[in-house]
Amino acid sequence: MNLTLKVWRQQSTNAHGSFVRYQAKDVTPDMSFLEMLDALNEDLIDRGDPPIAFEHDCREGICGSCGFLINGVAHGGQRATTVCQLAMRFFKDGDTLTLEPWRARAFPVIRDLVVNRSAFDRIIQAGGFISAPTGSAPDANSVPVPKEDADTAFDAAACIGCGACVAACPNASAMLFTSAKITHLNSLPQGQPQRDQRTLSMVVAMRNELFGSCTNHGECEAVCPKQIPLEFIGKMNRDLTRALWHSHREPLIVPGVVQRPSEEDSDEAQSPQPAATAMRS
Amino acid sequence: MLEARIPSGRIEQKWDNCRYEMKLVNPANRRKHSIIVVGAGLAGAAAAATLGQQGYHVHCFSYHDTPRRAHSIAAQGGINSAKNYRNDGDSVMRLFKDTVKGGDFRAREANVYRLAEISGNIIDQCVAQGVPFAREYGGLLDNRSFGGVQVERTFYARGQTGQQLLLGAYQALEEQIATGRVKMHFRSELLDVVIVNGRARGIVTRDLVTGQLHCHAADVVVLATGGYSNVFYLSTNAKASNCTAIWRAHRRGALFGNPCFTQIHPTCIPLSSDHQSKLTLMSESLRNDGRVWVPKKKRENRAAKDIPENERDYYLESRYPSFGNLVPRDVASRNAKEVCDEGRGVGPHGQGVYLDFADAIHRLGLETVREKYGNLFDIYQRITGEDAYKVPMRIYPAPHYTMGGLWVDYHLMSTIPGLFVGGEANFSDHGANRLGASALMQGLADGYFVLPATVPDYLASTKLDPVNTSDRAFIATKAEVKDRINNLLAINGNRSPDSFHRELGKIVWDNCGMARSDSGLRNALARIPELREEFWRNLRVLGAGEELNQSLEKANRISDFLELAELMCTDALDRTESCGGHFRLESQTADGEAKRDDANFAYTAAWEWKGTDQAHAIHKEPLAFEYVPLSQRSYK
Repeated sequence: MNLTLKVWRQQSTNAHGSFVRYQAKDVTPDMSFLEMLDALNEDLIDRGDPPIAFEHDCREGICGSCGFLINGVAHGGQRATTVCQLAMRFFKDGDTLTLEPWRARAFPVIRDLVVNRSAFDRIIQAGGFISAPTGSAPDANSVPVPKEDADTAFDAAACIGCGACVAACPNASAMLFTSAKITHLNSLPQGQPQRDQRTLSMVVAMRNELFGSCTNHGECEAVCPKQIPLEFIGKMNRDLTRALWHSHREPLIVPGVVQRPSEEDSDEAQSPQPAATAMRS
Repeated sequence: MLEARIPSGRIEQKWDNCRYEMKLVNPANRRKHSIIVVGAGLAGAAAAATLGQQGYHVHCFSYHDTPRRAHSIAAQGGINSAKNYRNDGDSVMRLFKDTVKGGDFRAREANVYRLAEISGNIIDQCVAQGVPFAREYGGLLDNRSFGGVQVERTFYARGQTGQQLLLGAYQALEEQIATGRVKMHFRSELLDVVIVNGRARGIVTRDLVTGQLHCHAADVVVLATGGYSNVFYLSTNAKASNCTAIWRAHRRGALFGNPCFTQIHPTCIPLSSDHQSKLTLMSESLRNDGRVWVPKKKRENRAAKDIPENERDYYLESRYPSFGNLVPRDVASRNAKEVCDEGRGVGPHGQGVYLDFADAIHRLGLETVREKYGNLFDIYQRITGEDAYKVPMRIYPAPHYTMGGLWVDYHLMSTIPGLFVGGEANFSDHGANRLGASALMQGLADGYFVLPATVPDYLASTKLDPVNTSDRAFIATKAEVKDRINNLLAINGNRSPDSFHRELGKIVWDNCGMARSDSGLRNALARIPELREEFWRNLRVLGAGEELNQSLEKANRISDFLELAELMCTDALDRTESCGGHFRLESQTADGEAKRDDANFAYTAAWEWKGTDQAHAIHKEPLAFEYVPLSQRSYK
């Protein structure tokens, strides 16, 4: 089959970008979407045009490297599927597809379809870990974990950090990502000692990275290739309340994270405000 | 030349003795030492995090945008540990013996024993970090049997064990980054190792976003940069996985151990078109319930369901009655190749065998099969468009793991003093064939426990002169790297990097893949230098060096694969025995099984680089088997 592609081309972060039209010819249904782009890139190299830059690595849907918008939908619209696992049989002859990078202030474009997602790492650095220096661990079976908690932790830990949730959200919120890590670690007995500090720190870090807030659109869950459920955001908010309740220090300096309307100005979000205000709104 | 530094004493005491004899660095002095760790997969992230916790000043490098992308993430099945939680007769000694035997007696006993010994601590460590392993209703850890062993010692997290272990190491690493003890360098690719006065003292990297070359100096360099299966072009490895770091270190003097020992995994989804960019693994656990068969008739064109039972050949069950479909990976792969070469392969290209779940569905019920393997059936459907509940899956072997790698001593130090190598990048503890669920174990053993003990010993016992990146060695090495990049960009020929990679991969796969022969290997050894010559004459890389340039990254990696491929074939030609994943057609028993030659080949081959267009020189580390007596494997 033959397709028309409108691809976002941008030389570097500060350069001006635009859509460029390409024809993808002789595409076969069993090619993956990225193999279709590989073939197009081979054509471009033949013609002396620089190939389209896009991220990818494992091509098995687990490393989280790949991802861009196809006709406005993160990863292209097949449920629970990253774009590297999306087969061309999902499309039909003559389709016109628009390809653009994740759009979010926190994810600046590096080139073409490649964006910088290091904001996610900084959220993890704030508390997305359990401090267990190597060598200090007790026997693995010394702390039983109820199966249901272990399963919840696993469901949350399945997140691959691709950023589709941010790209799909009208507010470019990272709350599904952050809540997944908080839910993973806070569900386990090993995660309890740092539970409150983790929740507070990660929520603050998230707000410092120019992500917006959740307003219950649910787009994130719909595009998540690992089907991380929206309910984890609720869990995160409950854990935040718990953390504020348990906190011994006054006054509490925590930016508002309780769900707000989307028209909120993101600059305002950067200035810390007393938690009490946040809790009321 | 090859001093393996195996500690004295009985095998149970070697690691203890070694640690007792090691020199230590005072906690207050640790921050004065800088350590470079290249690679942030299981071995690299675990080593960087642990050395950071100890107080060293660590610089960690990854070509990804974040350490969480390393290819360790794609491991599915599980991780072995001799916990004996099942009370089914497992022990450190048994895991040790299984691993030595599974590796077809081509691994170093002392290293393998240490691996088995440490395996219990790894599980403790991972659980403490919050790795969500599968659990029983009582809250304790679940185990399963894996890869045909007779005890249940494999810990797992659904089909995503590698992902969960990597995230554990990644999180530990991020914590250290937050404290400032580890400095992470993202999107930085190692292009050379810098040697000062005979010791590894730094690296040259390319910033993949700006294209700038940078020099980094340190007291010691650790490589944990993974394996080289992508030499075959089509493999289950991630697209960016490459041999550049270990190959450049090899060119600087690190000997390369057993390059021909590669593992071909039997259960992958077959090739479907010429555009295919990689192969996808289906977990080995499928062989627990699926039955492997091909039609008895050559070039059969009926659909699977129309082929009656008496015209099907369940070849693994008939040839290996005691292990059946659960024979080790090398045996299953080789048999699949044989039946396909006979013209009995299935699927569009005839390169596939059936893995049939009809009996399992009949015996266990559809729901049970769905519960056990549902996610794998989904992956299969997504890629092939076929419903494996209704028609048999088609599978074919694919390159998956490389047991070969840089030669290291018991301390995991290469033949360049101060250059340590961990994980799949070293020639490892797996001998000629790796058992299932052992790669994660080795990566984490090296990263969490071995390197954090042996690297400080090196620092404490070595007099290190101060160096900095303005030293002559750094300037010279950086200039060489720059020349090489400029050369790649200046060729301006007619062929893309990928076209060379595909051609190379086919040569290596056909001649140094599942079965190797004298004539095939000689053929490959004639063709690879020709292809390399064409590469340096006819390559086309567009764009500039000082920008994000994915074609240049590829071309640079392929230039190293073109050299490594030749060494693989040289090693395979030299080893005229069959062992593990290395099957030499000239060395088989009367009934077509691999025939090992312990009298002549019970050694590790460690190859020395002698210069461009010069033949490699071989060094041999003899292997002694004092605790696991040499025996021929049999799965009949």
